[in-house]
Amino acid sequence: MRFADSPVLAPTFPPWRSRFVVGLLAVAFGTLVGRALYLQGWNRDFLQAKGESRYSRTLEIPGNRGRIFDRNGEALAVSTPVKSIWAIPEDVALPTRELDRLAQVLELPRDELRRRLGDTARDFVYLKRQVPPEIADRVAALRIAGIHQSKEYRRYYPASETMAHVLGFTDVDGTGQEGIELAFEAQLAGRAGSRRVIRDRLGQIVEDMEGAREARDGADVTLALDSRIQNLAYVELKRAVEANRAKGGGIVVVDAATGEVLALANLPSYNPNNSARRVGGQVRNRAVTDAFEPGSTLKPFTVALALETGRVSPYTTIQVAPGSLTIGPATIRDAHPEKALTVEQVIQKSSNVGAAKIALALPPETMWGLFDGIGFGAAPRLGFPGEAVGKVRPYKTWRPVEQATMSYGHGIAVSLVQLARAYTLFARDGDLVPLSLLRVDSPPAGKPVVSKQTAELVRHMLELAAQPGGTAPRARIMGYRVAGKTGTAHKQEHGGYAADKYHSSFVGLAPASRPRLVIAVMIDEPAAGQHYGGIVAAPVFAQVMAGALRILGIAPDAPMKPIEITPSALEVRESV
Amino acid sequence: MTRLTLCLLVLLAVCALGLVTSQHHARKLFAELEREQARAKSLEVEYGQLQLEQSTWAMHARVERLARERLRMRPPEPQRMQVLETPSPPEVASR
Repeated sequence: MRFADSPVLAPTFPPWRSRFVVGLLAVAFGTLVGRALYLQGWNRDFLQAKGESRYSRTLEIPGNRGRIFDRNGEALAVSTPVKSIWAIPEDVALPTRELDRLAQVLELPRDELRRRLGDTARDFVYLKRQVPPEIADRVAALRIAGIHQSKEYRRYYPASETMAHVLGFTDVDGTGQEGIELAFEAQLAGRAGSRRVIRDRLGQIVEDMEGAREARDGADVTLALDSRIQNLAYVELKRAVEANRAKGGGIVVVDAATGEVLALANLPSYNPNNSARRVGGQVRNRAVTDAFEPGSTLKPFTVALALETGRVSPYTTIQVAPGSLTIGPATIRDAHPEKALTVEQVIQKSSNVGAAKIALALPPETMWGLFDGIGFGAAPRLGFPGEAVGKVRPYKTWRPVEQATMSYGHGIAVSLVQLARAYTLFARDGDLVPLSLLRVDSPPAGKPVVSKQTAELVRHMLELAAQPGGTAPRARIMGYRVAGKTGTAHKQEHGGYAADKYHSSFVGLAPASRPRLVIAVMIDEPAAGQHYGGIVAAPVFAQVMAGALRILGIAPDAPMKPIEITPSALEVRESV
Repeated sequence: MTRLTLCLLVLLAVCALGLVTSQHHARKLFAELEREQARAKSLEVEYGQLQLEQSTWAMHARVERLARERLRMRPPEPQRMQVLETPSPPEVASR
């Protein structure tokens, strides 16, 4: 008997049952195929993304903000990592005791902390930003659920208020808000990047994946500032502002050879490291953003123009008697009436009448041309935010009295930086260089404005002004010949001039035989009895100039004789 | 025939093990690279902090105060200064 014919194996079930099983299997198989197709084809991208999210991570790589250095490589602004403490309010359940400890570590008022954590409608709330790493570690050590940390950067300014106005500051997110930080934002800002990686079970990075975006650190910026001179300028300016109980002041130190701004300080100042102080008018860099009527510091330009056009020589006599000059309704006065002064003496003794008479002999167009040529009425293009343009009205609208007053710096407004730049004319044989806040490696070419001879003649007059018999004998320093001009101007207020409020200024250069530095000083509203530029501002110039020349190692050009304190008879009060 | 198959099998096993080893090695090296890069980053941060610290300690106001108060130094009187002409050629001494 064959095996297949065995009666034991004879089918005892109806045939539909096996067909039913086969059918069931076919349906099950079809379901599986359908499911597989669905997963592999239809839903593939979603599932792949889900899968990847199990092992791959996208890491954010922050781009560091560039540092700011002074010309000698000293760090002036550096970003360094700090922590932000944030919370998911819903996840935080704190007993009061722990809340107290957290508040203590974070130095936050307890109620404030409770209020922030109580806001359960929000998924994310900052508890404190920019926390030093040590404190962040202590918060982490408390091991409170729902409280997290993230890394961010904070910018520190070691020079604090000394350089506050030049450097400016950044906001809490690291974007420049003022000063260099704003002006060079594009260079300084870093670009954050990211990379995708595969992580293993332990969280270690195993492999890089495609799709990385490279992070780029911001570039460092090297300024023209010399922090030694800057500190000196700030300290001396502060001393003068305090001694004269002034409202404020400004100082600019320029290297005449390269046009670099070696120091630029303003008062009142603020501490850029303390964000609460970074508000209000003190944040403004007045030396750059505010224009004022410079007063007599403009006389040398009038005289330079008259010399240049050949209308006068230094020894031409100007009749200034009786010490006043009436043009229409206005009268120009001298503080010390004289009969006749040479052009040289007009500068030395700062005669308004003399300057006005010289100016009236000049065509308005030529005078305007000079102001335009020395950069008045145009932004100095330092790249600084909010540079003042100043105020020089078009010459076609000038009336004679206006032309006369402009010759001694009224009816015209310039910023301290513009004034300092204009004086490089006399320090550089008649040409003007663009100023730079950044270190300059090769000196730029100057733009000729007046001839070398004129520049030398005016420089000599400025030297006379800074000697006994001039308006600023207090500008002298031992061992160097200095040249400079005082300015004392009534402040403008409510459309007129305030009787007892002044801008006292001094702009000078040294060493006069081969000028290297130009320093412009302005004291705003001195209120301690003195207001003449020669008494209030010139001593600041002398102190800063002496120190800066020593710091830069510039050879003296005069004998080392001590400066005698001038009897006031030798000191000429200038006209206001 | 069987011998060849066996040979290939052994070869395959060796290759597979080699792949595993080299993959492991690569990952170890990668982890090391990561560590070193992290270290470079933290050193960079530390450098920044040290620069900051140096700048803070070397603030001219502070140095001057210490020189005056603790070391009792003062600027020399100009009468006691002597200016020496440098014998070097003028272009070296130029500004």
